[in-house]
Amino acid sequence: MTPLLRETASQTAGPYVHIGLAPKAAGFDIFENDFGPVLTTAETQGERIVIEGRVFDGSGTPLRDVLLELWQANAQGRYAHAADRQPGKALDNAFRGWGRACSDFDTGMWSFETIKPGPVAGRHGVAMAPHVNLWIVARGINIGLHTRMYFDDEAQANAADPVLALVEWEVRRRTLVGRREQRDGKTVYRFDIHLQGDDETVFFDV
Amino acid sequence: MSDDIPSVPAARPDDEYLMRDPASHPPAFAPGYKTSALRSPRNALISIGQTLSEVTAPAFRAEELGPLDGDLIRNYAKTGLPVGERTIVHGTVRDQLGRPVRNALVEVWQANASGRYRHKKDQYLGALDPNFGGCGRVLTDENGHYVFRTIKPGPYPWRNRINDWRPAHIHFAISGSGWAQRLITQMYFEGDPLIATCPIIRTIPDEQQIRGLIAQLDMAAAVPLDSRAFRFDIVLRGQRATWFENVLQSNGQGEAR
Repeated sequence: MTPLLRETASQTAGPYVHIGLAPKAAGFDIFENDFGPVLTTAETQGERIVIEGRVFDGSGTPLRDVLLELWQANAQGRYAHAADRQPGKALDNAFRGWGRACSDFDTGMWSFETIKPGPVAGRHGVAMAPHVNLWIVARGINIGLHTRMYFDDEAQANAADPVLALVEWEVRRRTLVGRREQRDGKTVYRFDIHLQGDDETVFFDV
Repeated sequence: MSDDIPSVPAARPDDEYLMRDPASHPPAFAPGYKTSALRSPRNALISIGQTLSEVTAPAFRAEELGPLDGDLIRNYAKTGLPVGERTIVHGTVRDQLGRPVRNALVEVWQANASGRYRHKKDQYLGALDPNFGGCGRVLTDENGHYVFRTIKPGPYPWRNRINDWRPAHIHFAISGSGWAQRLITQMYFEGDPLIATCPIIRTIPDEQQIRGLIAQLDMAAAVPLDSRAFRFDIVLRGQRATWFENVLQSNGQGEAR
Protein backbone atom coordinates (compact mmCIF):
# COMPACT_ATOMS: atom_id res chain seq x y z
CA MET A 1 0.00 0.00 0.00
CA THR A 2 1.21 3.48 -0.78
CA PRO A 3 2.25 5.00 2.53
CA LEU A 4 0.46 8.27 3.16
CA LEU A 5 1.81 11.22 5.08
CA ARG A 6 -0.63 13.06 7.29
CA GLU A 7 -1.63 16.54 6.30
CA THR A 8 -0.01 19.18 8.53
CA ALA A 9 -2.44 20.22 11.28
CA SER A 10 -4.31 23.46 10.82
CA GLN A 11 -4.10 26.27 13.37
CA THR A 12 -6.07 29.47 13.66
CA ALA A 13 -4.94 32.46 11.61
CA GLY A 14 -5.14 34.48 14.82
CA PRO A 15 -5.98 38.16 15.31
CA TYR A 16 -2.98 39.47 13.41
CA VAL A 17 -3.46 37.60 10.13
CA HIS A 18 -3.29 40.98 8.37
CA ILE A 19 0.42 41.33 9.10
CA GLY A 20 1.22 38.41 6.89
CA LEU A 21 -1.51 38.47 4.30
CA ALA A 22 -2.52 42.14 4.10
CA PRO A 23 0.14 44.24 5.87
CA LYS A 24 -1.36 47.54 4.75
CA ALA A 25 -4.47 46.66 6.77
CA ALA A 26 -2.23 45.98 9.78
CA GLY A 27 -1.00 49.54 9.43
CA PHE A 28 2.32 49.34 7.60
CA ASP A 29 3.84 49.26 4.18
CA ILE A 30 6.36 46.55 3.38
CA PHE A 31 5.75 44.75 0.08
CA GLU A 32 5.91 46.45 -3.30
CA ASN A 33 3.08 44.27 -4.51
CA ASP A 34 0.22 43.55 -2.12
CA PHE A 35 -2.43 40.95 -2.82
CA GLY A 36 -5.78 42.65 -2.43
CA PRO A 37 -9.54 42.65 -3.07
CA VAL A 38 -9.52 44.05 -6.62
CA LEU A 39 -9.48 41.21 -9.15
CA THR A 40 -9.97 43.27 -12.28
CA THR A 41 -7.98 45.62 -14.48
CA ALA A 42 -9.30 47.84 -17.27
CA GLU A 43 -8.68 44.96 -19.70
CA THR A 44 -10.62 42.27 -17.83
CA GLN A 45 -13.60 40.90 -19.76
CA GLY A 46 -17.00 40.59 -18.13
CA GLU A 47 -19.65 42.34 -16.09
CA ARG A 48 -18.15 44.40 -13.27
CA ILE A 49 -19.59 43.51 -9.89
CA VAL A 50 -18.87 44.13 -6.23
CA ILE A 51 -19.31 41.30 -3.73
CA GLU A 52 -19.63 42.54 -0.18
CA GLY A 53 -20.89 41.49 3.19
CA ARG A 54 -20.09 40.79 6.78
CA VAL A 55 -19.27 37.65 8.74
CA PHE A 56 -21.29 37.20 11.94
CA ASP A 57 -20.49 35.11 14.99
CA GLY A 58 -23.01 33.14 17.04
CA SER A 59 -24.07 36.23 19.00
CA GLY A 60 -24.87 38.15 15.82
CA THR A 61 -21.80 40.36 16.19
CA PRO A 62 -19.83 41.02 13.01
CA LEU A 63 -16.24 39.77 12.94
CA ARG A 64 -13.91 42.71 12.56
CA ASP A 65 -10.76 40.65 12.16
CA VAL A 66 -11.74 38.19 9.45
CA LEU A 67 -9.90 37.57 6.19
CA LEU A 68 -11.53 36.07 3.11
CA GLU A 69 -10.06 34.78 -0.10
CA LEU A 70 -12.07 34.50 -3.28
CA TRP A 71 -11.37 32.15 -6.22
CA GLN A 72 -13.48 32.13 -9.33
CA ALA A 73 -13.65 31.38 -13.03
CA ASN A 74 -13.53 34.11 -15.67
CA ALA A 75 -16.50 35.56 -17.58
CA GLN A 76 -16.56 32.54 -19.88
CA GLY A 77 -16.48 30.10 -16.98
CA ARG A 78 -12.86 29.05 -17.21
CA TYR A 79 -10.36 28.87 -14.36
CA ALA A 80 -6.83 30.17 -14.89
CA HIS A 81 -5.28 26.79 -14.07
CA ALA A 82 -3.81 23.88 -16.04
CA ALA A 83 -6.52 21.48 -14.86
CA ASP A 84 -9.23 23.39 -16.70
CA ARG A 85 -9.51 21.94 -20.22
CA GLN A 86 -13.14 22.83 -20.90
CA PRO A 87 -13.52 23.13 -24.68
CA GLY A 88 -14.42 26.46 -26.23
CA LYS A 89 -13.59 28.63 -23.23
CA ALA A 90 -10.66 31.00 -23.51
CA LEU A 91 -8.36 32.25 -20.80
CA ASP A 92 -8.53 35.96 -20.02
CA ASN A 93 -4.97 37.15 -19.58
CA ALA A 94 -6.26 40.12 -17.59
CA PHE A 95 -7.96 37.97 -14.98
CA ARG A 96 -6.39 35.56 -12.50
CA GLY A 97 -9.61 35.12 -10.54
CA TRP A 98 -8.16 35.36 -7.05
CA GLY A 99 -8.17 38.02 -4.37
CA ARG A 100 -8.23 38.54 -0.64
CA ALA A 101 -10.15 41.00 1.52
CA CYS A 102 -10.11 41.99 5.18
CA SER A 103 -13.12 43.15 7.12
CA ASP A 104 -13.16 46.77 8.25
CA PHE A 105 -11.90 47.07 11.83
CA ASP A 106 -14.98 49.12 12.82
CA THR A 107 -17.87 47.88 10.72
CA GLY A 108 -16.83 44.36 9.77
CA MET A 109 -17.62 45.03 6.10
CA TRP A 110 -15.50 43.37 3.43
CA SER A 111 -15.77 43.65 -0.33
CA PHE A 112 -14.25 42.39 -3.57
CA GLU A 113 -14.27 44.09 -6.97
CA THR A 114 -14.52 41.45 -9.62
CA ILE A 115 -16.55 40.21 -12.61
CA LYS A 116 -19.46 37.84 -12.70
CA PRO A 117 -18.12 34.38 -13.60
CA GLY A 118 -19.56 32.18 -16.30
CA PRO A 119 -20.87 28.67 -15.60
CA VAL A 120 -18.26 25.92 -15.12
CA ALA A 121 -18.65 22.25 -15.98
CA GLY A 122 -19.21 20.15 -12.89
CA ARG A 123 -18.66 16.45 -12.33
CA HIS A 124 -19.84 14.17 -15.14
CA GLY A 125 -20.18 17.25 -17.32
CA VAL A 126 -23.23 18.61 -15.47
CA ALA A 127 -23.02 22.41 -15.60
CA MET A 128 -22.66 24.24 -12.32
CA ALA A 129 -24.40 27.57 -11.88
CA PRO A 130 -22.10 30.59 -11.79
CA HIS A 131 -20.47 30.87 -8.37
CA VAL A 132 -17.41 32.14 -6.56
CA ASN A 133 -15.50 30.12 -3.97
CA LEU A 134 -14.73 31.70 -0.61
CA TRP A 135 -12.29 30.68 2.10
CA ILE A 136 -12.66 32.28 5.52
CA VAL A 137 -10.04 32.50 8.27
CA ALA A 138 -9.88 34.43 11.53
CA ARG A 139 -9.07 34.27 15.20
CA GLY A 140 -11.24 31.55 16.70
CA ILE A 141 -11.58 29.65 13.41
CA ASN A 142 -9.41 26.56 13.85
CA ILE A 143 -9.50 25.43 10.24
CA GLY A 144 -10.35 27.61 7.23
CA LEU A 145 -14.00 27.47 6.18
CA HIS A 146 -14.97 26.81 2.56
CA THR A 147 -18.19 28.10 1.09
CA ARG A 148 -19.58 29.31 -2.24
CA MET A 149 -21.61 32.32 -3.28
CA TYR A 150 -24.17 31.83 -6.04
CA PHE A 151 -26.10 34.67 -7.72
CA ASP A 152 -29.78 35.35 -7.06
CA ASP A 153 -30.40 36.45 -10.65
CA GLU A 154 -29.47 32.93 -11.81
CA ALA A 155 -32.47 31.19 -10.26
CA GLN A 156 -32.88 28.70 -13.08
CA ALA A 157 -29.22 27.68 -13.12
CA ASN A 158 -29.16 27.53 -9.32
CA ALA A 159 -32.14 25.17 -9.32
CA ALA A 160 -30.16 22.78 -11.52
CA ASP A 161 -26.83 23.15 -9.72
CA PRO A 162 -25.48 19.76 -8.59
CA VAL A 163 -23.64 21.17 -5.55
CA LEU A 164 -26.59 23.16 -4.21
CA ALA A 165 -28.64 19.99 -4.68
CA LEU A 166 -26.34 18.23 -2.20
CA VAL A 167 -27.63 20.53 0.52
CA GLU A 168 -30.47 18.33 1.65
CA TRP A 169 -32.24 21.12 3.54
CA GLU A 170 -33.62 23.46 0.90
CA VAL A 171 -34.05 26.15 3.53
CA ARG A 172 -30.27 26.26 4.00
CA ARG A 173 -29.48 26.69 0.28
CA ARG A 174 -30.38 30.38 0.42
CA THR A 175 -27.39 30.92 2.73
CA LEU A 176 -25.27 30.36 -0.39
CA VAL A 177 -26.94 32.97 -2.60
CA GLY A 178 -25.84 36.60 -2.91
CA ARG A 179 -28.51 39.28 -3.39
CA ARG A 180 -28.14 41.62 -6.35
CA GLU A 181 -28.52 45.37 -5.76
CA GLN A 182 -27.81 48.48 -7.78
CA ARG A 183 -26.02 51.20 -5.87
CA ASP A 184 -24.24 54.32 -7.10
CA GLY A 185 -24.18 52.92 -10.59
CA LYS A 186 -22.57 49.68 -9.47
CA THR A 187 -23.87 46.15 -9.36
CA VAL A 188 -23.39 44.86 -5.84
CA TYR A 189 -24.03 41.37 -4.55
CA ARG A 190 -24.60 41.33 -0.83
CA PHE A 191 -23.46 38.13 0.86
CA ASP A 192 -23.52 37.91 4.65
CA ILE A 193 -21.96 34.84 6.25
CA HIS A 194 -23.18 33.45 9.57
CA LEU A 195 -20.80 31.18 11.45
CA GLN A 196 -23.54 29.99 13.82
CA GLY A 197 -27.22 30.43 14.56
CA ASP A 198 -30.51 30.03 12.73
CA ASP A 199 -29.04 31.34 9.50
CA GLU A 200 -25.76 29.43 9.74
CA THR A 201 -24.12 29.45 6.31
CA VAL A 202 -23.50 26.14 4.60
CA PHE A 203 -19.81 25.29 4.74
CA PHE A 204 -18.29 22.58 2.60
CA ASP A 205 -15.89 19.74 3.20
CA VAL A 206 -14.13 19.92 -0.13
CA MET B 1 18.86 1.17 -9.93
CA SER B 2 15.38 0.61 -8.59
CA ASP B 3 15.97 3.44 -6.15
CA ASP B 4 15.69 5.84 -9.07
CA ILE B 5 12.19 4.74 -9.97
CA PRO B 6 9.72 6.95 -8.21
CA SER B 7 7.26 4.91 -6.18
CA VAL B 8 4.47 7.38 -6.84
CA PRO B 9 3.53 8.62 -10.29
CA ALA B 10 3.59 12.35 -10.84
CA ALA B 11 0.31 14.10 -10.11
CA ARG B 12 -1.65 15.50 -13.01
CA PRO B 13 -3.27 18.92 -12.64
CA ASP B 14 -6.82 17.59 -12.55
CA ASP B 15 -6.27 14.67 -10.22
CA GLU B 16 -8.61 14.95 -7.27
CA TYR B 17 -7.43 15.47 -3.70
CA LEU B 18 -7.62 12.83 -1.00
CA MET B 19 -10.40 13.51 1.43
CA ARG B 20 -9.35 15.45 4.48
CA ASP B 21 -8.89 13.50 7.72
CA PRO B 22 -10.65 15.50 10.44
CA ALA B 23 -8.63 13.66 13.10
CA SER B 24 -5.53 15.45 11.83
CA HIS B 25 -6.96 18.88 12.67
CA PRO B 26 -8.54 20.78 15.54
CA PRO B 27 -12.33 20.63 15.68
CA ALA B 28 -14.11 23.91 14.93
CA PHE B 29 -15.38 24.07 18.51
CA ALA B 30 -12.53 23.66 20.98
CA PRO B 31 -13.67 25.20 24.29
CA GLY B 32 -10.16 25.58 25.74
CA TYR B 33 -9.63 28.20 23.06
CA LYS B 34 -12.47 30.45 24.09
CA THR B 35 -12.82 32.48 20.91
CA SER B 36 -13.79 29.33 19.03
CA ALA B 37 -17.03 29.07 21.02
CA LEU B 38 -18.97 31.65 18.99
CA ARG B 39 -17.00 31.26 15.78
CA SER B 40 -17.49 27.53 15.15
CA PRO B 41 -20.19 26.25 12.81
CA ARG B 42 -22.53 23.81 14.53
CA ASN B 43 -23.85 22.06 11.46
CA ALA B 44 -21.89 19.30 9.76
CA LEU B 45 -19.84 20.38 6.77
CA ILE B 46 -21.47 19.30 3.50
CA SER B 47 -19.12 16.91 1.71
CA ILE B 48 -19.00 17.45 -2.04
CA GLY B 49 -17.24 15.61 -4.82
CA GLN B 50 -14.47 17.85 -6.07
CA THR B 51 -15.00 19.90 -9.20
CA LEU B 52 -12.80 22.26 -11.16
CA SER B 53 -13.60 24.82 -8.45
CA GLU B 54 -11.73 22.79 -5.83
CA VAL B 55 -8.83 21.31 -7.82
CA THR B 56 -7.78 24.61 -9.37
CA ALA B 57 -6.10 27.48 -7.53
CA PRO B 58 -4.20 30.66 -8.29
CA ALA B 59 -0.65 30.29 -9.57
CA PHE B 60 1.95 32.79 -8.43
CA ARG B 61 4.98 34.06 -10.30
CA ALA B 62 8.37 34.85 -8.83
CA GLU B 63 8.26 38.38 -10.25
CA GLU B 64 5.21 39.15 -8.12
CA LEU B 65 7.43 38.96 -5.05
CA GLY B 66 10.15 41.42 -4.14
CA PRO B 67 13.80 40.42 -3.69
CA LEU B 68 13.66 40.90 0.10
CA ASP B 69 10.21 39.42 0.67
CA GLY B 70 11.78 36.27 2.14
CA ASP B 71 14.29 38.08 4.35
CA LEU B 72 12.55 39.40 7.46
CA ILE B 73 15.88 40.57 8.86
CA ARG B 74 16.21 43.11 6.05
CA ASN B 75 12.77 43.71 4.54
CA TYR B 76 11.76 46.35 7.11
CA ALA B 77 15.19 47.49 8.31
CA LYS B 78 15.16 51.30 8.55
CA THR B 79 18.04 52.43 10.75
CA GLY B 80 19.88 49.15 11.38
CA LEU B 81 19.30 45.49 11.99
CA PRO B 82 16.39 44.18 14.07
CA VAL B 83 17.09 42.97 17.61
CA GLY B 84 16.99 39.29 18.43
CA GLU B 85 18.19 35.83 17.46
CA ARG B 86 19.08 35.55 13.79
CA THR B 87 17.27 32.48 12.52
CA ILE B 88 16.87 30.61 9.26
CA VAL B 89 13.67 28.62 8.79
CA HIS B 90 13.46 26.13 5.97
CA GLY B 91 11.83 22.89 4.91
CA THR B 92 9.88 21.20 2.18
CA VAL B 93 6.26 21.39 1.13
CA ARG B 94 5.13 17.94 0.00
CA ASP B 95 1.79 16.34 -0.61
CA GLN B 96 0.57 13.30 1.30
CA LEU B 97 2.17 10.96 -1.24
CA GLY B 98 5.53 12.60 -0.67
CA ARG B 99 5.65 14.54 -3.91
CA PRO B 100 7.17 18.02 -3.75
CA VAL B 101 4.65 20.84 -4.16
CA ARG B 102 6.43 23.22 -6.50
CA ASN B 103 5.75 26.92 -6.75
CA ALA B 104 3.65 26.92 -3.59
CA LEU B 105 3.22 30.35 -2.03
CA VAL B 106 4.42 30.29 1.58
CA GLU B 107 3.49 33.42 3.55
CA VAL B 108 4.70 33.92 7.12
CA TRP B 109 4.04 36.41 9.90
CA GLN B 110 5.16 36.69 13.49
CA ALA B 111 5.85 38.82 16.54
CA ASN B 112 9.26 40.40 17.07
CA ALA B 113 11.85 39.27 19.65
CA SER B 114 9.80 40.98 22.40
CA GLY B 115 6.64 39.11 21.50
CA ARG B 116 5.07 42.24 20.00
CA TYR B 117 3.30 42.34 16.64
CA ARG B 118 3.52 45.28 14.29
CA HIS B 119 -0.26 45.59 14.18
CA LYS B 120 -2.45 48.48 15.17
CA LYS B 121 -4.56 46.19 17.34
CA ASP B 122 -1.65 44.75 19.38
CA GLN B 123 -1.37 46.63 22.69
CA TYR B 124 1.18 44.39 24.44
CA LEU B 125 3.83 46.12 26.59
CA GLY B 126 6.64 44.45 24.69
CA ALA B 127 8.48 47.02 22.58
CA LEU B 128 8.09 47.43 18.86
CA ASP B 129 11.33 47.12 16.93
CA PRO B 130 11.69 49.95 14.38
CA ASN B 131 13.63 47.61 12.12
CA PHE B 132 11.31 44.62 12.13
CA GLY B 133 8.06 44.27 10.19
CA GLY B 134 7.33 40.61 10.86
CA CYS B 135 6.10 39.27 7.55
CA GLY B 136 7.57 37.56 4.53
CA ARG B 137 6.70 35.33 1.60
CA VAL B 138 8.50 32.93 -0.71
CA LEU B 139 7.73 30.38 -3.40
CA THR B 140 8.87 26.77 -3.13
CA ASP B 141 11.47 25.64 -5.67
CA GLU B 142 11.39 22.64 -8.01
CA ASN B 143 12.04 20.33 -5.04
CA GLY B 144 9.27 21.88 -2.96
CA HIS B 145 11.87 23.55 -0.73
CA TYR B 146 11.39 26.96 0.88
CA VAL B 147 13.67 29.08 3.03
CA PHE B 148 13.40 32.42 4.75
CA ARG B 149 15.45 34.33 7.30
CA THR B 150 14.06 36.05 10.33
CA ILE B 151 14.41 36.94 14.01
CA LYS B 152 13.18 34.31 16.43
CA PRO B 153 9.86 35.59 17.81
CA GLY B 154 9.29 35.99 21.53
CA PRO B 155 6.44 34.45 23.54
CA TYR B 156 3.64 36.73 24.67
CA PRO B 157 0.58 36.77 26.92
CA TRP B 158 -2.92 36.73 25.47
CA ARG B 159 -6.44 37.02 26.76
CA ASN B 160 -7.88 33.56 27.08
CA ARG B 161 -7.44 32.44 30.64
CA ILE B 162 -5.81 35.26 32.56
CA ASN B 163 -2.26 33.89 32.49
CA ASP B 164 -2.13 32.11 29.14
CA TRP B 165 1.02 32.62 27.08
CA ARG B 166 1.68 31.74 23.48
CA PRO B 167 4.92 29.86 22.87
CA ALA B 168 7.19 31.45 20.29
CA HIS B 169 5.62 30.76 16.92
CA ILE B 170 5.52 31.73 13.27
CA HIS B 171 2.25 31.75 11.34
CA PHE B 172 2.27 30.03 7.94
CA ALA B 173 -0.24 30.31 5.09
CA ILE B 174 0.39 27.88 2.23
CA SER B 175 -1.23 28.01 -1.18
CA GLY B 176 -0.57 24.85 -3.20
CA SER B 177 -1.78 23.70 -6.59
CA GLY B 178 -5.44 23.22 -5.64
CA TRP B 179 -7.96 25.29 -3.67
CA ALA B 180 -8.66 22.20 -1.56
CA GLN B 181 -5.05 22.32 -0.29
CA ARG B 182 -5.25 25.82 1.18
CA LEU B 183 -3.88 25.70 4.72
CA ILE B 184 -3.00 28.03 7.57
CA THR B 185 -0.96 26.77 10.50
CA GLN B 186 1.62 27.80 13.08
CA MET B 187 5.19 26.61 13.57
CA TYR B 188 6.71 26.23 17.04
CA PHE B 189 10.31 25.84 18.22
CA GLU B 190 11.80 22.65 19.64
CA GLY B 191 12.26 22.77 23.40
CA ASP B 192 9.82 25.58 24.18
CA PRO B 193 8.23 24.75 27.56
CA LEU B 194 5.08 26.74 26.72
CA ILE B 195 4.11 24.24 24.03
CA ALA B 196 2.80 21.83 26.64
CA THR B 197 0.16 24.21 27.99
CA CYS B 198 -0.83 26.37 25.02
CA PRO B 199 -4.63 26.25 24.56
CA ILE B 200 -4.33 26.89 20.82
CA ILE B 201 -1.92 23.99 20.33
CA ARG B 202 -4.15 21.86 22.56
CA THR B 203 -7.03 22.32 20.11
CA ILE B 204 -5.21 19.63 18.08
CA PRO B 205 -6.45 16.26 19.37
CA ASP B 206 -3.37 14.27 18.36
CA GLU B 207 0.16 14.33 19.81
CA GLN B 208 1.77 13.18 16.57
CA GLN B 209 0.11 16.05 14.73
CA ILE B 210 1.32 18.51 17.37
CA ARG B 211 4.88 17.21 17.00
CA GLY B 212 4.56 17.90 13.29
CA LEU B 213 4.26 21.62 14.04
CA ILE B 214 7.45 21.79 16.11
CA ALA B 215 10.47 22.86 14.07
CA GLN B 216 13.72 21.09 14.89
CA LEU B 217 17.06 22.80 15.36
CA ASP B 218 19.03 22.06 12.19
CA MET B 219 22.69 22.88 12.73
CA ALA B 220 23.55 21.49 9.29
CA ALA B 221 21.71 24.45 7.78
CA ALA B 222 23.05 27.01 10.25
CA VAL B 223 25.47 29.69 9.07
CA PRO B 224 28.52 29.66 11.37
CA LEU B 225 29.01 32.92 13.30
CA ASP B 226 25.74 34.24 11.84
CA SER B 227 22.44 32.35 12.16
CA ARG B 228 21.00 29.16 13.58
CA ALA B 229 18.51 27.22 11.49
CA PHE B 230 15.26 25.39 12.17
CA ARG B 231 13.60 22.89 9.90
CA PHE B 232 9.84 22.77 9.38
CA ASP B 233 8.40 20.38 6.79
CA ILE B 234 4.84 20.86 5.63
CA VAL B 235 2.45 18.30 4.15
CA LEU B 236 -0.53 19.37 2.03
CA ARG B 237 -3.36 17.15 0.89
CA GLY B 238 -2.29 14.62 -1.73
CA GLN B 239 -3.69 14.16 -5.19
CA ARG B 240 -4.95 10.68 -5.89
CA ALA B 241 -4.48 9.11 -9.30
CA THR B 242 -7.66 9.14 -11.37
CA TRP B 243 -6.58 6.83 -14.20
CA PHE B 244 -9.94 5.51 -15.31
CA GLU B 245 -12.66 7.56 -13.72
CA ASN B 246 -11.80 11.22 -14.20
CA VAL B 247 -15.16 12.94 -14.30
CA LEU B 248 -14.18 16.50 -13.48
CA GLN B 249 -15.21 18.04 -16.78
CA SER B 250 -16.81 15.23 -18.77
CA ASN B 251 -18.86 12.12 -18.24
CA GLY B 252 -15.70 10.02 -17.93
CA GLN B 253 -16.56 7.88 -20.97
CA GLY B 254 -16.66 9.93 -24.11
CA GLU B 255 -13.78 12.27 -23.72
CA ALA B 256 -10.25 10.98 -23.30
CA ARG B 257 -8.16 12.60 -20.65
